[in-house]
Amino acid sequence: MTKVWHVRLAAIGLAANLAACGGGGQPLPQATPNATTTARPTVTPAPAEPLGDVLSGGAGTVNDATLSAFAQPARNLPLDRRTAFFVGNALFNRDWVIAPSSTTGSDGLGPVFNARSCSSCHFRDGRGRPPIKPDESFIGMLFRLSIPGQAADGGPLPEPSYGNQLNQAAILRVPAEGHAVATYEELSGAYADGETYSLRRPTYDFVDLAFGPLPDDIQVSPRTAPFMIGLGLLEALSEANILARADPDDADGDGISGRANTVWDVRQQTTALGRFGWKANVPSLEQQNSGAFNGDIGITSPLFPTQNCTAAQAACLAAPDGGEPEADQKKIDSVTFYSRFLAVPARRDVADPTVLHGEQLFRDVGCAACHVTSFTTRADADSPLANQRIHPFTDLLLHDMGAALADDRPDFAADGQEWRTPPLWGIGLIGTVNKHQLFLHDGRARGFAEAILWHDGEGAAAREMFRHLPSADRAALIRFLESL
Amino acid sequence: MGAIVFGLALSLALTVGAGRASAQSCAGDCDGDGSVSIGDLVSGVNLALGSGGDCDAVDTNTDGEVSISELVTAVTNALDGCTPVGPATRAGVVERYAALLYANYGDVLTGATALRTAIDAFVAAPSAAGLQAAKDAWLASRPAYLQTEMARFYDGPIDNAATGPEGFINAWPLDEAYIDYVVGSADAGIINAPDLYPAITPEVLVELNEGESETTIASGYHAIEFLLWGQDLSDTGPGNRPFNDYVTGSSGTASNQARRGDYLRAAAKLLLDDLTLVRDQWEPGVEGNYRAAFVALNADEALRRLLTGMGTMSGGELTGQRLSVAFDTKDQEDEHSCFSDNTHVDHRNDEIGIQNAFLGRYGGVTGPGIYDLVKAVDPTLADATRNVMDEALTAIFAIPVPFDQAIQGPDSSPGRVAIAAAIAKLNQQTDKIALSAEALGISISTTSP
Repeated sequence: MTKVWHVRLAAIGLAANLAACGGGGQPLPQATPNATTTARPTVTPAPAEPLGDVLSGGAGTVNDATLSAFAQPARNLPLDRRTAFFVGNALFNRDWVIAPSSTTGSDGLGPVFNARSCSSCHFRDGRGRPPIKPDESFIGMLFRLSIPGQAADGGPLPEPSYGNQLNQAAILRVPAEGHAVATYEELSGAYADGETYSLRRPTYDFVDLAFGPLPDDIQVSPRTAPFMIGLGLLEALSEANILARADPDDADGDGISGRANTVWDVRQQTTALGRFGWKANVPSLEQQNSGAFNGDIGITSPLFPTQNCTAAQAACLAAPDGGEPEADQKKIDSVTFYSRFLAVPARRDVADPTVLHGEQLFRDVGCAACHVTSFTTRADADSPLANQRIHPFTDLLLHDMGAALADDRPDFAADGQEWRTPPLWGIGLIGTVNKHQLFLHDGRARGFAEAILWHDGEGAAAREMFRHLPSADRAALIRFLESL
Repeated sequence: MGAIVFGLALSLALTVGAGRASAQSCAGDCDGDGSVSIGDLVSGVNLALGSGGDCDAVDTNTDGEVSISELVTAVTNALDGCTPVGPATRAGVVERYAALLYANYGDVLTGATALRTAIDAFVAAPSAAGLQAAKDAWLASRPAYLQTEMARFYDGPIDNAATGPEGFINAWPLDEAYIDYVVGSADAGIINAPDLYPAITPEVLVELNEGESETTIASGYHAIEFLLWGQDLSDTGPGNRPFNDYVTGSSGTASNQARRGDYLRAAAKLLLDDLTLVRDQWEPGVEGNYRAAFVALNADEALRRLLTGMGTMSGGELTGQRLSVAFDTKDQEDEHSCFSDNTHVDHRNDEIGIQNAFLGRYGGVTGPGIYDLVKAVDPTLADATRNVMDEALTAIFAIPVPFDQAIQGPDSSPGRVAIAAAIAKLNQQTDKIALSAEALGISISTTSP
């Protein structure tokens, strides 16, 4: 029975486009609250995972639902390793300054940059967003730029004058690259029961461009800063565990492929499985952090020793640096340690029957096919991260999310419509920590419902199921997400 | 020890509020006459130094030893008179915390006002003596401010994510090359960019601070410190900016001297303005301000904030950001007050502030505080927490000055041994603060968000 549903839904999903969100979908069977979900025939059937497990991050899970919910060390991080965590914490929060400076360990900002510290985008270790007020600039969200083709490492080919991301800030007497301006178009739609909603579709203009207009074939990918929790646990998943769920050709015919990204590992100088970033375009936390230091703050490091200035940017190239590299291996290790051990907060309200009903619906409508409920980390990982049963609600794989969400910018093996399933653990606390609920890679979705309604491509079937749920069930599913 | 006591007395003398009525039981009142006299203090210090004598009144935790914290209490009582400790309730502790913060910020404003006055006088007629007076005023203004830092980290008036001016008040590391010349870049900074910034006014600095989110913070204590001392290029002493940096005409040094003076004056004004905003939020009896909402909260929520501030100041901030990073990196200027070599005063007063919040102590009044609440449910934990705070303060005082030299050398060097000992004590303290919170049924975090 379940199998039949999936085939039908997949067929609708392939035809689905944004107009289908507008209420034109065919009536669909409603999910029965009690339906069992052994939904993915080719994958080893998961043991019936009990509902309502509060320990999303295994033994490292912390009990904190406050402003600091994302800022805690893993509960099982031994006391004698806490100082290292604090040091990393301090470096994560530290504002870098212009070189030369008395604080030789913290100078070298820019010359062009997006932010002065890690925490200005990952505020309280949380999630960035697009501007809300008209005069606000983009902080916590950046724009990757490239032109068609591949760089030597197999990644996107940087735009020749601006590089691979737009840096909207610069030190004194160095021109900033330019600014982005977002405009939104409202698209109305309706649930199957007639309740209406509106989705906003962003378009971006680029102004104050210091090095001439962007080329006609420019590829732009807007990306918000993701929250920082549980990253070490994701790094501690075995490759085999992740690849076991890949189904690149949709051999099981459930309409969901799931492809692994293969990316360049700068440390190992080889290709590797991509895990981090919106397109699973980075293999390790060290590379992710070093890349962000370089691209976002303008700080060089052993992995990325070259300043983020293109040949067209003379003043950027001529500006003094803060040492070679500006962040030494010790600092990179320290921030990486920190990012590895930021704890996942425990779930809340799991005694609430509505929350549990919503959790069951999450599985029944097919969300859990990609937002995979449970994994167990490697036995040979660093001990606080090892052998943990975790609930990240991601498979770390790429999925075609349809044309409406596409950035049309390939990133290693990810094509222009594919995105990595983002983890959902802790997502119910973003409102508390970051005072917003702007979801998806570009923050276009205003709340959980809109985020679900934007799902298309491989997510279309689940979206349609959601759209056809009765209002109370939709609310229950969202209550579940809020409990994460 | 004598120098330490003197230093504490000096710093407290700058931060005490109005005197209060004496009371029956009074810490440090060795002769039991209801007030702490110089003679009483001498007795206390003699005990602390192990020079004999007898004074139970100074040994408030009755452990048979006189700690720095106990001397601090005695000195404040000497300056302000004594007030008895009442029976502690959660609401009472919340009220006391709000009151002590208001008094503390009042002293902060006194210091910032004197700093602005000294700076205005110096800029009007630059001289070596005027520069020294301004530096003295800056140094004098710091202890009171540092003691308020335990009130950060819970989205209160000082560092509310949307409105808190903390970044404009005490931002560090300072982007000095954004402000003025530095070694290796003689024409760096806004001061040397009349083409980009024709006039330097408080409004221009506000605009720099409040423009795009990622604009450099260009004001606050450390901007003023840099403009008074200059870069610290010495292994042994602080920065040595010549006063002629502010003299126009042929005897002037560097360029744009008048603009430098404008900058300094503007920064001093903004500092005072920002601190005033914070103080006003803690003023009693003001409808709609933070204090009004704070004391009206469920007492446990207010206590959670209080404890979060203390715990985070102790853990992520003082232990992590301020001691461990410098200890770990050995970057010579990886210290908060790097231009003036005054970082040791920052550490000490941060710790005194944590103790103040725990004990409900300020301006000659002690309690009711978290200590009293914990004492009622777990006396052993309450005393252990208080004692480890004393030990932490002693360990911090034991770090050799200047801090930027103490971090250098092998781990066996006296400075690094002392810093490691302080970090170890502070880790215990952070742990005890979290346990104290737990004993009150409150869960807190101690990392810097």
